[in-house]
Amino acid sequence: MRIQAIIKRIIRQFLRDKRSIALMMIAPLLVMTLLWLVLDIEDYTPAIAVTDIPEPMQGALEEQGATILEVDAHRAGTLLENDDADAYLSFENNQPELTMEGSKPTATSAVQNAVSSAVKQLNPNAPDLDVSFLHGSSDLNLFDNTGSVLIGFFVFFFVFIIGGVSFLRERTQGTLERLLATPLRRWEIVIGYLLGFGIFIIIQSIIIAAFSIYVLDIYMAGSFVSVLLMAFLLAMTALSLGTLLSAYAKNEFQMIQFIPIIIVPQVFFSGVFPIESVEWISAIGQIMPLTYGAEALKEIMIRGGGLAEVSGDIGVLIGFSAAFIILNIIALKRHRTL
Amino acid sequence: MSSFITMESIQHSYNKEVVLKNVNLAIPEGQLFGLLGPSGSGKTTLVKMMIGLLTPSNGIIHIENEQMPSFHQMQKIGYMAQSDALYNELTARENLLFFASLYKIPKKLRKQRITEAASLVNLTEHLDKTLEKFSGGMKRRMSLAIALLHHPKVLILDEPTVGIDPVLRASIWEELRNKQKQGTTIIVTTHVMDEAEKCDNLALLRDGYVIAQGSPDDLKAKSETQSLEHAFLHFGGGSHANSSNH
Repeated sequence: MRIQAIIKRIIRQFLRDKRSIALMMIAPLLVMTLLWLVLDIEDYTPAIAVTDIPEPMQGALEEQGATILEVDAHRAGTLLENDDADAYLSFENNQPELTMEGSKPTATSAVQNAVSSAVKQLNPNAPDLDVSFLHGSSDLNLFDNTGSVLIGFFVFFFVFIIGGVSFLRERTQGTLERLLATPLRRWEIVIGYLLGFGIFIIIQSIIIAAFSIYVLDIYMAGSFVSVLLMAFLLAMTALSLGTLLSAYAKNEFQMIQFIPIIIVPQVFFSGVFPIESVEWISAIGQIMPLTYGAEALKEIMIRGGGLAEVSGDIGVLIGFSAAFIILNIIALKRHRTL
Repeated sequence: MSSFITMESIQHSYNKEVVLKNVNLAIPEGQLFGLLGPSGSGKTTLVKMMIGLLTPSNGIIHIENEQMPSFHQMQKIGYMAQSDALYNELTARENLLFFASLYKIPKKLRKQRITEAASLVNLTEHLDKTLEKFSGGMKRRMSLAIALLHHPKVLILDEPTVGIDPVLRASIWEELRNKQKQGTTIIVTTHVMDEAEKCDNLALLRDGYVIAQGSPDDLKAKSETQSLEHAFLHFGGGSHANSSNH
């Protein structure tokens, strides 16, 4: 009954705080949309400056979708210098020579692709390679690839902040002490908080996942419910971590200071950047909750895995939450020994 | 004399800083008991021990022969903190309802208790306003209403009238007297001398010691002074007396 009272109170309070609702429900959508605009780009069309190249070669390059600019050697240099062309292809003594502009990795690889495909096309003896995909497809772009991880990240980030700050405010405005002056048990406060915010977390998870999958059309091979479950588990971990850490912050500002220390590093190790090759770096990721949530989301969304495939990650996230909850109940002893 | 609340050789320190040195108190049932002392004398620490928030480093506290902290006793204590610990986003009624549920007041009784507590502190008309719209005095009364909600056997009030206008202060004291007549034991902390005069018994606190105990008249007689303020100076004696009070 006491837990129920806390849940009711949190819901009432949160519903009156329109800005926090917006931060939790709408801000992630905005950020996901911006990311989509930045990352979900069509194939880059390389601009290649050429001088005296063989007719078939030029034709093949154009077929590969490259823009061809026929210029002399001097003009080509200026074009590269001013970033108006991505590469310069010339034939010296029948020997092709390719100069890259080189400052943009996407442009460089687009030029490389176009040129090597064109060369292959001109050489009838080259074997025709049939490429098929076990997971994903050839148009799996950067947004599809990192989006699954980023869904996890935003859920984690916003819940951490909102949950942490509300629990902190309970302390700074004196109500935590007032609560502890009643016969309320310490665990009842912690569980009440988790359940009260849990309702908003479920709504948030549904909104973010549905928006990413159905509106932004992120690549999705698995089941929607599995994605929801993972987002929810990740958010619960964030909530229990946020409320635990708020015990070690004196005010809201100090709570914000946890972001660069606790939140940002988790992004680096969660699979947005390729780190699989260095074992000891991956090992650091193993102590971070987001790593497991992101791994599971990737498995479900890109590889089409079911809950059985991610049961290990589910177990670890539940373990993290349980540990944070118990630590939080113990941390409350600072305010009341009983 | 059997007493309702007893504190025996209480010592307490926060991070090696000693705030209570050796406090012995016995408060009989049904008294209006005052803890008088300047800020920093250890009043709030003593209060937190009585309500069960704090376990002293040394010494024992009993309420009704039960050692504190005890959930059983906490259920019977009404507490008003020094600063208003309220949920400003919620209405007065919602605040009261929340604390009513924490004290497990049966559903059938809740409505009645809330109406009763609100009328005791003159907030009936404002029950459905959010506390953001409340003045400081209204919030003070609101805190008192919460403390009275579950008909506690003991009321522990930490500086209940700080920052409150004289009219309101008088009405709060009147309310305390009424509660006392109904058998409630009341402990009030204050640093205002004329408020201390209204208590049945007083403990004068200074630097973590109880420097004197007794009724206001006793204290004045023992120190052969005309006012509590002078009595305090007399018992406080020592070198700092002149600098901290005049």
